[in-house]
Amino acid sequence: MSNLPTPKPPIDPAIAVYWSAAAEGRLVLPTCTDCGLVHWYPRPFCPDCSSRNIVWTDSDGDGEIYSFTITRRGQGVYRDSSPYVLAYVELDEGPRVLSNIVDADLETLAIGQRVSATFDIVPDEDAALLRFHPT
Amino acid sequence: MSIRGAAHIAGVYEHPGRHLPDTSLALIHAEVAIGALADAGLTVGDVDAYFCAGDAPGFGGISFAEYLGIDNVSYTDTTETGGSSYLIHVGHAAAAIAAGKCRVALITLAGKPRTGGRRPGGSGNVSTAPEFGFETVYGTSVLGLYALAAQRHMYEFGTTSEQLAEIKVAASLHAQHNPRAFLPNPVTIEEVVESPLVSDPLHRLDSCVITDGGGALVVVHPDIAKDLARHTIPVLGHGEALKHLDAGRIDLTHTGASASGPRAFAEAGVTPADIDYASIYDSFTITVLETIEDLGFCAKGQGGVFVSEGGLVAPHGRLPFNTDGGGLCNNHPANRGGMTKVVEAVRQLRGEAHAAVQVPDCELAVAHGTGGSIATRMGSATLVLGRGEG
Ligand SMILES: [Zn+2]
Repeated sequence: MSNLPTPKPPIDPAIAVYWSAAAEGRLVLPTCTDCGLVHWYPRPFCPDCSSRNIVWTDSDGDGEIYSFTITRRGQGVYRDSSPYVLAYVELDEGPRVLSNIVDADLETLAIGQRVSATFDIVPDEDAALLRFHPT
Repeated sequence: MSIRGAAHIAGVYEHPGRHLPDTSLALIHAEVAIGALADAGLTVGDVDAYFCAGDAPGFGGISFAEYLGIDNVSYTDTTETGGSSYLIHVGHAAAAIAAGKCRVALITLAGKPRTGGRRPGGSGNVSTAPEFGFETVYGTSVLGLYALAAQRHMYEFGTTSEQLAEIKVAASLHAQHNPRAFLPNPVTIEEVVESPLVSDPLHRLDSCVITDGGGALVVVHPDIAKDLARHTIPVLGHGEALKHLDAGRIDLTHTGASASGPRAFAEAGVTPADIDYASIYDSFTITVLETIEDLGFCAKGQGGVFVSEGGLVAPHGRLPFNTDGGGLCNNHPANRGGMTKVVEAVRQLRGEAHAAVQVPDCELAVAHGTGGSIATRMGSATLVLGRGEG
């Protein structure tokens, strides 16, 4: 668990399996059995070939920082969380995922740095937020 | 079919206000509509097409047609792509005019982000957006997302904060000649890079201004343009594009301009080298840098060098840009800079920009708009405009 806020995401029943897995601390990625695409953000169909044959494949949650920013002035529920890191993480499976980097040394944070998934439980929901920490 | 020359911009108007606590959203729309029609030498009674985006008051274009008193709308379009909407409207109006659907199209923008309590940007109903649970929950901000693009551009191409600052400096040098500019004082590179970091690597002065206000355009059939006393501006080319995450393959160093730009240039039959003046969407300095590359004014990655040493400063820089001071210094009404981009391009082509920044013999101009975020999903629109016969 990080110290960042855990606002409740809207849960689309069609991708509830993603959120349930996250609540168990597992990252599953929507994968098309027709064309092989692993896509992001999750949908119950393939944005390349429109197939509904999506399976949820287990991911180790490893990747590297594609880009990042240190937000100095948070807004809304993040008002008291500054500074915090917003980043795109490129998963080893391919997709670039928007998230936060937690438990990081802000002085040495860098593009290309290896990171790994961590999950912050959303209170009273069968869901958790995917975040990353340096490895 | 092409829209090349199929329509002219006959009237433009930029609201003089930047802080309008006592003027309603609907009234600002009305004031800019009447202003643009007067500029063209037309009246509300001449209008047969109305175009607006998500900033319109009430129910799409319906409420406003009633409010202003447009009684004979034969064509309407409420395309909503954030700040780029109004450039898309020009293209759509030209296509509708070419198809014989209408003859006099009115396009309006207004907003009160300073005093009206309307949320910035134009992201529509964000809570139903499918990406909401995968982005907004992480504390995204408009500037934070653009910062992600800037950081990646710096990493791949060695772009520096000082180079980004050159863009703000150029805009401020232009704004000093605009008595209505929200930030009328020139700034230096040092002042930009020493202003507070809001979201690394972007500083407070890498950002546009937040202003109440608005603007309007009147686009007409060439036969109507011919009968008007006013100098009208032919629309030579239009391109639009939607760029998005692409299932997770997003490239933060490119914008939708890399698709909309070539479409507009091809329709106009010109190249970036032919362009005398460019209005470039400038929500942030990085928006300008990436767009200049994507439109083909320089190679990808060379934007930092291109904008340096006064490259964007009118009248004699490599590419005179945003001579009104742009969204960075003059006006960014409703948090949407597309309308004012067209207005200043028309001023340049008419020879009516401020004398200190008027580009000599300005014959061809580009106006480019961006809506949404260059770090997630955006609507891009490019117009190529000609001088026509004054
Ligand atoms: Zn597929």
